[in-house]
Amino acid sequence: MDTSELIKKINRLAEGKKKLRIMEVCGTHTVAIFRAGIRQILPDNVELVSGPGCPVCVTNDDYIDTAIAYALEENFIVATFGDMLKVPGSRSSLAAAQAQGSNIKVIYSPLDCIKIAQDNPNKKIIFLAVGFETTAPTAAATVLSAQAKGLKNLFMLSAQKLVPPVLKFLLNSPDFRVDGFLLPGHVAVVIGADAFNFLSIPSAVAGFEAEEILLAIASVLEQIDNGRAEVANKYPAVVTAAGNVTAQKILSRVYEVADSEWRGMELIPNSGLRIREEFAKFDIEQVEPVKIEKVKKKNACRCGEVLRGLVNPTQCPLFGKACTPSRAVGACMVSVEGVCAAWYKYGSNNFRW
Amino acid sequence: MCLAFPAKVLEVEGDLATVERSGVKRKASLMLLPEAKVGDYVLIHAGFAMQVIDEQELKIRDALVAEMNGAPRSVNLELGIRN
Amino acid sequence: MKIEIGHGGGGKMSAELLSGIILPALNNDTLRQLGDAATVGGLAFTTDSYVVRPLFFPGGDIGKLAVCGTVNDLAVSGAKPKYLSLALIIEEGFEQSELKKILNSVATAARAAGVEIVTGDTKVVGRGQADGMYINTAGIGELIKGVEISAKKICAGMKIIISGTLGDHSATILARRHGLELPEGIKSDCAPLNKMIAEMLRAEPGIAMMRDVTRGGLASVLNELAQASGLGILIEEEKIPVRREVRAFCDILGFDPLELANEGKIVAIVPERSAEKILTVLRGNIYGAEAALIGEVVEKPKGKVGLRTPIGAIRIVDMPAGELVPRIC
Repeated sequence: MDTSELIKKINRLAEGKKKLRIMEVCGTHTVAIFRAGIRQILPDNVELVSGPGCPVCVTNDDYIDTAIAYALEENFIVATFGDMLKVPGSRSSLAAAQAQGSNIKVIYSPLDCIKIAQDNPNKKIIFLAVGFETTAPTAAATVLSAQAKGLKNLFMLSAQKLVPPVLKFLLNSPDFRVDGFLLPGHVAVVIGADAFNFLSIPSAVAGFEAEEILLAIASVLEQIDNGRAEVANKYPAVVTAAGNVTAQKILSRVYEVADSEWRGMELIPNSGLRIREEFAKFDIEQVEPVKIEKVKKKNACRCGEVLRGLVNPTQCPLFGKACTPSRAVGACMVSVEGVCAAWYKYGSNNFRW
Repeated sequence: MCLAFPAKVLEVEGDLATVERSGVKRKASLMLLPEAKVGDYVLIHAGFAMQVIDEQELKIRDALVAEMNGAPRSVNLELGIRN
Repeated sequence: MKIEIGHGGGGKMSAELLSGIILPALNNDTLRQLGDAATVGGLAFTTDSYVVRPLFFPGGDIGKLAVCGTVNDLAVSGAKPKYLSLALIIEEGFEQSELKKILNSVATAARAAGVEIVTGDTKVVGRGQADGMYINTAGIGELIKGVEISAKKICAGMKIIISGTLGDHSATILARRHGLELPEGIKSDCAPLNKMIAEMLRAEPGIAMMRDVTRGGLASVLNELAQASGLGILIEEEKIPVRREVRAFCDILGFDPLELANEGKIVAIVPERSAEKILTVLRGNIYGAEAALIGEVVEKPKGKVGLRTPIGAIRIVDMPAGELVPRIC
């Protein structure tokens, strides 16, 4: 069976069915789906909906404002993944703060912060620790490494999020209507496929190559066809039932589960992480809190509804007009992985050539 | 926020490994995957090895990609499916 | 509003700076064409500044780059490059031995391209006011008779040819910065392409359009050409040559090979009947050995670039936004 047969199989499974909506909850999937052109080859009644899978998009304005407030102070260096640079806070972005002269370093691995801290003993280094379960253990490991090296000038500004709680939240929302989930393969590498067993609708853990995504879509459709609902592991090369136990242990040594606010949604119970008391000296918000002005932004941005899959980006009045990737209003437009940015980049609502 | 790539472990020194993908090398931490050994294929995310890749599965996937790029058929996709 | 680093990336932010501030201040018909070189009075005229870091890299250095970049801009405009200027801005404390090395490269590259450096300028700025050294070159070339390189000549059905592998330069420059080590043999493609381009034009004087594929990569150049011609461009992902090491570099850092910079690659839009002939000429040249036919010009959708993916779908290729920043998302 090559992919054309796989595509035929998908068509066969979808034939004669009502409109089926499958939600991917990983921004990396969102991008991979657009880059491979998967939407264009799916049958008309199979719609892919992008969920809250981009951690940059679900990070609050307040968090960005706080990061900028630190970056603007002389004695700090803010280290961040490149993804965060252009995310708008309530007034400005890290890229704009950088143009104003603040010290912001783009890094590839949180471990790079260790060297920055060693090279700049008179500065305080703050790592912007965002991400889901895949990335969170890397920040935890960096804290342990800094502790072992006796570093006193490396801190975390933490806003990590957890995937299963937001899926639970979505499933319990009265207006949520999705027929299946493509589950985030690299989150599952860490937490294990079994961590999704609570799901009540057809689901498949997916890899990131086009054919791996198609396999997972076929699996979801097959479950719908058979009237089953399970968590199929379609990324068995790296996803096990229990996940990476060492990573889980390191994560829970440094971090504990906490309630967390998601941009565009609300406070979701137990959906985020905070640094444990024992490691408080690595938490910049505890060591040296900074005051930011809380700004209530009022505009027509519908990021929140987009993230929940209730509307598609083009249904937002700002999309492509007041809100574009170079002048983003909502965070979904700014991250490469953001739903709106991906829609904009790959042809708005006109994916077909 | 989950870009990751498969790479081969070339050297291990303490909890730091040198890994390689198509000739491109970088350092990766083994703090989250202490069981990785020289010769293993591992999945790297943000500079950390996250999981040892089941080589059989990797071969199946790579052969699939090669096939899509025009190489002769070498793999039966059904082999790659496990529930 | 401050200038951000992305305003220099050759993508959308650069275009906004041009249309927002630069063109309104300096508008005229010649400038408005925004070609790789201006064509005035039978001459092609261009300028470029070089700020590459590191100054020395596998495959070249800032001196070689400063000659090749300007020579290539003239050549793709259908001109025979003749004379270059060379302006140096040097930071106080810069090693004279390094300056000598860089000037030797300038001389070698100029000889290879058959151009003369006929005027120049040297400025020294205080320590900290520049990072090592910067170079500006300007160049003049004679327009080749019977050749007209213009987006207006692009027609549906014409073929798109790329002169070789994409991204070698970006990968070479950026790898070390992001903690990656490339195998030996992967180096910047920095090269003077004027002789190769002259051979192409001898084989087919009717080549409609050529562009130097630098900052912003193929994605940026093809979008500009689609917009300038008012036609669509459709390319095939599997036909685009990219070295496996450069592809790995992209996988690791989250880059798209179509957005990587090159310093020795051109894209040509040619009549269908002579596509094979031009490919043969390119492949017989050391700088075009891996040339490939990657797609064609189509009637619709106007102003858009499409890419046929390996699974057979067609998706839009957008103009890159700004700077290349590694991502982990």
